[in-house]
Amino acid sequence: MAILLIAEHDNTALKSATLSTVTAATQIGGDVDLLIVGSGCTAVADSAAKVAGIRKVLVADNAAYDHEIAENVADLIKGLASDYSHILSPATTNGKNFMPRVAALLDVGQISEIMSVESADTFKRPIYAGNAIATVQSLDSVKVITVRATSFDPAATEGGSASIETLSQVSDTGLSRLVSEELAQSDRPELTTAKVIVAGGRGMGDKAHFEMLDTLADKLGAAVGATRAAVDAGFVPNDYQIGQTGKVVAPELYIGVGLSGAIQHLAGMKDSKVIVAINKDEDAPIFQVADYGLVADLFEAVPELEKAL
Amino acid sequence: MKVLVTVKRVIDYNVKVRVKSDNTDVDLKNVKMAVNPFCEIAVEQAVRLKEAGKATEVIVVSMGPQNAQEQLRTALAMGADRAILVQSDEVLESLTVAKVLAKIVEEEQPGLVIMGKQSIDTDNNQTGQMLAALTGMSQGTFISGLEISDTEAQVVREIDGGLQTLAVKLPAVLTVDLRLNEPRYASLPNIMKAKKKPLDTKSPADYGVEVKANTRLLKVEPPAERQAGIKVANVAELVEKLKNEAKVI
Repeated sequence: MAILLIAEHDNTALKSATLSTVTAATQIGGDVDLLIVGSGCTAVADSAAKVAGIRKVLVADNAAYDHEIAENVADLIKGLASDYSHILSPATTNGKNFMPRVAALLDVGQISEIMSVESADTFKRPIYAGNAIATVQSLDSVKVITVRATSFDPAATEGGSASIETLSQVSDTGLSRLVSEELAQSDRPELTTAKVIVAGGRGMGDKAHFEMLDTLADKLGAAVGATRAAVDAGFVPNDYQIGQTGKVVAPELYIGVGLSGAIQHLAGMKDSKVIVAINKDEDAPIFQVADYGLVADLFEAVPELEKAL
Repeated sequence: MKVLVTVKRVIDYNVKVRVKSDNTDVDLKNVKMAVNPFCEIAVEQAVRLKEAGKATEVIVVSMGPQNAQEQLRTALAMGADRAILVQSDEVLESLTVAKVLAKIVEEEQPGLVIMGKQSIDTDNNQTGQMLAALTGMSQGTFISGLEISDTEAQVVREIDGGLQTLAVKLPAVLTVDLRLNEPRYASLPNIMKAKKKPLDTKSPADYGVEVKANTRLLKVEPPAERQAGIKVANVAELVEKLKNEAKVI
């Protein structure tokens, strides 16, 4: 049994979602090979080779794989698949984009966003926005799987000594090309890997008031998140969204401010270790999952909290 | 250019699902069903393309039980021209659905296929990408913006950390995200008119596709319940608890 794991990276280092996926692969068992695909991504290989539990690092560095264009990346992976029993990727927007394409090219299904490994062919995954957990057994010869990174601890970044192999074959379908990319610039930690998250909802009132959470977050070294309602109201960009249709987070400390705790939002944050809720409506559903609830006017409580830290 | 759009019949967005007591699945008996919200956005986009003169015909397809006709009628009332129901009472997994859709694409030769990025029941986020693979088409997933020219579609994709703009060659499969548009409500006259629009009923076998299980569902459980904690009286108490009890700051 051997596992091909497609790495999430930023051309300089592996993203921690990759390390969590390595842990999932180790739980499945067998040799784990890591594929680094992209354009200008060779630099990632050296640090990837040190990750504990990797047999081999495969590098496919070519302009055709720039920004992991799904059509080309899927073709490449299809060509490598015959050596493997499992193909894994973190359930990032990249993995979600190319993995089902890989599965269909191999004439197999895909098991999406697993949250635990029960055996080499059986996994748990959330359905109905996390309101039910399904145990699913794969009947396919090759198992194509995406992994919910927050459900697995990251593998150690030291201790491994994998060999590095450069792949020469290039798949260029010419079907899609990148026009532009706008990534949010921020010195704060990324939402999906942050230890502390401060999130705001519609109760923040407007864009200007939402910014008071930035100051609180900076004091805590936290990432800032939001509910769908706050995103839809235009307080913050869409990549702030935590919930069923946004990001799934599981920080050590989650502070929810001025948000009611709609099911869709809870689905994205209820695995946080400690949940704090600040809301003036004492009947808000968020208090049913919060470890510490403070019924108060957020416009007084947040500045006070910031001073007390 | 023809546009093919898909709809799935799922539990209504506002209904809280319950797991059956024997843990075999969720309980969908007597539960309100609706068009999957992402599919509604897909239909809206297809209809807007027709209104803008970019699409000549909007064909809506669903796979599922006979009752899925209701969701097709909703799409027709929103402005789709005709519907195809590929009827089956079996469990239909993404790959099987993609195979049937690939056959319909072969027959209808649409310039664009627009689908929801995922259904809110199984949350798989697969079928569009699979259809693109099976037909060799380009794919634009999780889109929140769309511009069409003669040979390509320019799509804005919602990705981790921001937005990405891709130019994908036509024909293409697009899967839509929440912020692409706000779907219209069908007016009563349009609901009446939709009843007279053509709706073909087919079976997977008509397309030469065998309904195959790629997975076996072993168990469905409710998620671990989180217990409510305590209410603190003020900010000072909150900080004290976080420092000394939870030890997270």
